[in-house]
Amino acid sequence: MKLKLITAAVAVLMAAGPAMADLTFSILSYRTGPYAPNGIPLADGQADYFTLINERDGGINGEKINVVECETGYNTEKGVECYEATKGEGVLVYNPYSTGMAYQLIPKVTADGIPLHTLGYGRTSAKNGKVFSNVFNYPANYWDGASHAVSHILDVNGGDISGKTIALVYHNSAYGKEPIRTLEELAKKHGYNLTLLPVDHPGQEQKSQWLQIRREKPDYVLMWGWGVMNQVAIQEAANIRFPMENFIGIWWSASENDVQPAGDASDGYKALALHNVGDDYPLYEDLQKYVVDAGKAAGAGDQLGTVLYNRGLYTAMLSVEAARTAQKIHGTNAITPAMMRDGMEALEMTEAKMAGLGLPGFGPEFKVSCENHGGNGFGAVSQWDANAGKWSLITDYVQSDQDIIGPLILEDSAAYAAEAGITQGCN
Amino acid sequence: MPDQLIFGMEVFLNGLMAGVLYALVALGFVLIFKASGIFNFAQGVMALFAALTLVGIMEGEVPFSHLINAVFGTDVHNFGWTVPALLAILLTMAVMVLLAWLVNKLIFRHLVNQEPIILFMATIGLAYFLEGFGDMMWGSNIKKMDVGLPQGINDWIDAATFDIFGYGFFIDNLDIVATVVAALLVVALIIFAQYTKQGRAMRAVADDHQAALSVGISLSFIWVMVWSLAGFVALVAGIMWGTKSGVQFSLSLIALKALPVLMLGGFTSIPGAIVGGLIIGVGEKLFEFTIGPMVGGATENWFAYVLALIFLVFRPQGLFGEKIIERV
Repeated sequence: MKLKLITAAVAVLMAAGPAMADLTFSILSYRTGPYAPNGIPLADGQADYFTLINERDGGINGEKINVVECETGYNTEKGVECYEATKGEGVLVYNPYSTGMAYQLIPKVTADGIPLHTLGYGRTSAKNGKVFSNVFNYPANYWDGASHAVSHILDVNGGDISGKTIALVYHNSAYGKEPIRTLEELAKKHGYNLTLLPVDHPGQEQKSQWLQIRREKPDYVLMWGWGVMNQVAIQEAANIRFPMENFIGIWWSASENDVQPAGDASDGYKALALHNVGDDYPLYEDLQKYVVDAGKAAGAGDQLGTVLYNRGLYTAMLSVEAARTAQKIHGTNAITPAMMRDGMEALEMTEAKMAGLGLPGFGPEFKVSCENHGGNGFGAVSQWDANAGKWSLITDYVQSDQDIIGPLILEDSAAYAAEAGITQGCN
Repeated sequence: MPDQLIFGMEVFLNGLMAGVLYALVALGFVLIFKASGIFNFAQGVMALFAALTLVGIMEGEVPFSHLINAVFGTDVHNFGWTVPALLAILLTMAVMVLLAWLVNKLIFRHLVNQEPIILFMATIGLAYFLEGFGDMMWGSNIKKMDVGLPQGINDWIDAATFDIFGYGFFIDNLDIVATVVAALLVVALIIFAQYTKQGRAMRAVADDHQAALSVGISLSFIWVMVWSLAGFVALVAGIMWGTKSGVQFSLSLIALKALPVLMLGGFTSIPGAIVGGLIIGVGEKLFEFTIGPMVGGATENWFAYVLALIFLVFRPQGLFGEKIIERV
């Protein structure tokens, strides 16, 4: 009798299996270590959005979201371990929030058939979906960012920057070197001079670089920094009285963490933006009601509305919308990672869709396709107001110089395809 | 005078200032190694912990608030008061003394007479524990360090050098303060070590702790005292570096800047830490200025170690370290 009961229970559980299959999303977080101040809001933003979808909507078209979080400490090896440890749980998409991890995961996700989304980071040429079938980097990439910065400088100079000098202060790593080629090509086109100033990891001591800036007096300084490098650079710029409105950081040098240690001296600092800032969106009312007030906020619940929280939120929102697209394409709500990939490849974000989600004007419009995994290359410029203690977008979303970036993407991705033995093409 | 020479002079002066900041970190290592033979891997994390505690006290933050809120379902983060910088520094020092006492009571008292590598490994464990403990106690967000220290270009030096050279030198006010503080600290430490009873006891323990024990010097007291002094030095370093970059967990990495200074200046000399810091600071800045542009820049991190290695080849004990003589 006992055996029969156990058998019956197992049978019921097995039968119930598919119905209980949630849609699994991963958060490769870094809530500890030197980069925790950035990793916490990124993780919280993703987690809170997934919680909201579960609590308010009952999941994505009725399929509950299961979140698997794994702590990487921003360590590439640990990130790869997290990937290996969690991929068996049916994770639909990975967002490691680390260029180093992204590079390591590209061949793995391609072999495993799982999509990888590197929002504004990772390998830029992954935009070419004919080579990087499982990697997506919409809505914009580093090379778009370099072009956005130069476009902004062109705008404030009436379209002529010939003879001007732009210095790039960059983290001396693969990440920091990403924009150099684009900036060199743009220099040929617009006639500006480019000065390169590498900063060694972690970037706590930058006196040499800023003394050189003070001596050579470039008209603009661009920064590709991360972590403590950002805070030190902004303080050093203030120390030498470099005009903050001429100092523009990439979107990874654009959070409250980066400007607040310098206090009032950081007023006017500019940074590129992949998405909008602040918390003045209808979605935040739902977040407050269904997540925060319900005591279900991730972490300490104190990151809402910060730049990096919004980035996490945006990442999760794009994942959810891609999942919806995949459900529609394949006619099933219980999608697999392969179906998710198809959904990401067919994702289209319009202003109407974002407004419907409670995030009007939150991000640029873009459309993904097999040939274009990186969106349309739109980005904006934000500026820090130290008195108000907040960022504001000061430009519309503008498109990067596709004439320059397009050929670079094709060249770099073709080199990768040759190296990895990939035959280019769309399925 | 050629422009490059004038710029080189500015770089030289800034190298000296940077060297002082490196030396501030190295001093803590020297104190502990000199008295106990322990290479304290946790010195950088102690600077971080001291800075976190100082800012936490000044801002009136509730320690372990995340833990308290998670366990008891409360929402407490701040006491609602702020503490003046000087009082907060004194309170932080008290915390560092307590930490020194606990470290000795719980760890090193049990490791007396163990191999140096065992003691070194214990400090590695201490470093990681303290980093996590600091995170749990004060949170991992980046905090602004504001104890009223001036920052930014010194206008007087700028104007004076402009009058002489036609180019105003950049010297950071914070670096000038750090130099004055480091000078006072070194003088105070030397006077303490040479002319006070406790200082002489510390030197006796450093020379031969068994002989010191035999004449009634308390090893435990001396170690607590030395770790407290190192805690004070860590607090000073934490204030200076925290003012530059904000108080955050990368602050613990400043220990990496102290290693070449120690290799060069010796592990047992207080003046050696200062001179070593100055040589490293000037050397790396001048190398970056002269050779850096030819090799793509970012030479400072590795060149500091190359410089230290060159010195090591000729003086393995460092410039001011005690020469090791093994007699048969």
